[in-house]
Amino acid sequence: MLSLNNIEVVYDGVILVLKGVSVQVREGEITTILGANGAGKTTTLKAISGVLRSERGEVTKGSIEFGGKRIDGLRAFDVTRLGLVQVFEGRRVFEHLTTEENLIAGGHTQREPRRVRERIGMVYDYFPRLKERRDQQSGYLSGGEQQMLAIGRALMSDPKVVLLDEPSLGLAPMLVEEIFANVQKLVKEEKLTVLLVEQNATLALEIARHGYVMENGRIVLEGDAEKLRSNSDIKEFYLGLNEVGGRTSYRDVKHYRRRKRWLS
Amino acid sequence: MSSEDLGFLWALLVNGASIGLMYALIALGFVLVYKATDAINFAQGEFVMLASFAAALALGIGGMPVIAAVLLAVALMIGFSFGLERVVLRPLLGRPVVAVIMATIGLAAMLRGLPPITIGGETRALPLPVGDEPVRLGAASLPPIQVVGAIVAVLFFVAFTWFFKKSRMGVAMRAVADNQQVAMAMGINVERYFALAWAMAGIVSALGGVLWGSMLGVDVHVAVIGLKVFPVVILGGLDSIGGALVGGLIIGIVESLAAGYLDPYVGGGTKDFAPYLLMILVLMFRPYGIFGKRKIERV
Ligand SMILES: Nc1ncnc2c1ncn2[C@@H]1O[C@H](COP(=O)(O)OP(=O)(O)O)[C@@H](O)[C@H]1O
Ligand SMILES: [Mg+2]
Repeated sequence: MLSLNNIEVVYDGVILVLKGVSVQVREGEITTILGANGAGKTTTLKAISGVLRSERGEVTKGSIEFGGKRIDGLRAFDVTRLGLVQVFEGRRVFEHLTTEENLIAGGHTQREPRRVRERIGMVYDYFPRLKERRDQQSGYLSGGEQQMLAIGRALMSDPKVVLLDEPSLGLAPMLVEEIFANVQKLVKEEKLTVLLVEQNATLALEIARHGYVMENGRIVLEGDAEKLRSNSDIKEFYLGLNEVGGRTSYRDVKHYRRRKRWLS
Repeated sequence: MSSEDLGFLWALLVNGASIGLMYALIALGFVLVYKATDAINFAQGEFVMLASFAAALALGIGGMPVIAAVLLAVALMIGFSFGLERVVLRPLLGRPVVAVIMATIGLAAMLRGLPPITIGGETRALPLPVGDEPVRLGAASLPPIQVVGAIVAVLFFVAFTWFFKKSRMGVAMRAVADNQQVAMAMGINVERYFALAWAMAGIVSALGGVLWGSMLGVDVHVAVIGLKVFPVVILGGLDSIGGALVGGLIIGIVESLAAGYLDPYVGGGTKDFAPYLLMILVLMFRPYGIFGKRKIERV
């Protein structure tokens, strides 16, 4: 459905960030890319959605295909029109707009106003909290509500593929569970395909079918989620990290990385 | 206060408010562009001047009917601002803000130089068929053109408020103003909305130009109204439509009161002084204006 073939991404004409990344996303499944901070996960998603260009980044090698059509080089809003939409890291709701106005903006590609209303109804069915907050300025929603809104807003364009960038970031575990359960439900009921980027490997591998591990701009490990869950490196590196939790242990991780690299 | 004093105050207020609505209308052109594209247009006053010349020439030399002259001014200003965005400003996208500011300052100077070198410096009339019987509101009386101006300004504010609140395009435009990158990722053609914002500023400038030119007579001094835009938008907030309305009214009224009560003592000039004094005070105490948007900080 979506495939990245050996792509390279360069920022500002000189900073090489992705060094030959290949990823296959199969229809109707959740595929995940795991990796530490700075590995290049977000850059990968931006390369697909086409927003890279507004950050002076460029796909310099390889190709990105979506439904058999090359999409690298398309402008972001054209990619969205094809049915592929990105949910940004850190939510990035239109904070001066109300919840419902965010959804209306997300449905910009819909031709008929009737479709916009239908989609809003569908989003409210999946995320009833958004309905309660429909007229509230979205900048004042809680982090969890903003994440739901960011996902809901992306659904408005009736996408085939959603690129989800670290939806668990900074949220309480309960909320993360709720959001992930909804994503799973969407995949099942709305025939959605998801490419999920996460640092939280435990959670991601629970809902994903297939996974990739990215490090330093390269894919260093790939396999079925089940297999990755039982992989001892992943266990030690990510699942272990998550038990300790967050930033404090990042130094140790780096240290660990120096000693032992994937696949070496 | 005697009833005569009250009458004087009322007249100053009404007069100030009606002029203030004109300031608000013209400031609206500035706000629309800033809100959607982040560009600061220092040539807003010159846009107004250009429109007033177009209408005056179409009426005077072309002998067109008034409605045709007004439509011509509107069409010209849409085309002009559209072209400006496309040819001059779009290539500057992503460059430091100061590049756009300098470009519009340069444009302003050029536009002001244009009439004297092409059609001469004399003042031209731009008569609109609104009669010349003053309209009385209690102790105040207003020239009819000022009443028409006030009504047009109010209509525009109602229309734009509806557009931004209720129409899908208006909501999309606010999304662009909020976050361009995300708007683009939602399938919104950001550049098209930039062009739309400029075109809307063109319409506002055209109507402002016809009205203001008709009140003042058309020559390069029409552009001076551009200088009122800054206190108005600083007061109201650079990106707030309601703010432009309130800011315009406040500046108009402050000017009028200053001219009425202070000028007799200092010998004139407070009209131009007061708005800027107010602007500096606002900058000191409320840098984002009365209604301007603050960055939302959440914990
Ligand atoms: N706009 C940019 N310009 C230059 N370098 C960037 C830019 N965005 C990201 N990078 C660099 O690319 C690398 C990967 O970043 P990113 O894709 O955000 O990683 P991740 O999402 O895995 O944390 C980092 O080293 C980061 O500093
Ligand atoms: Mg990231």
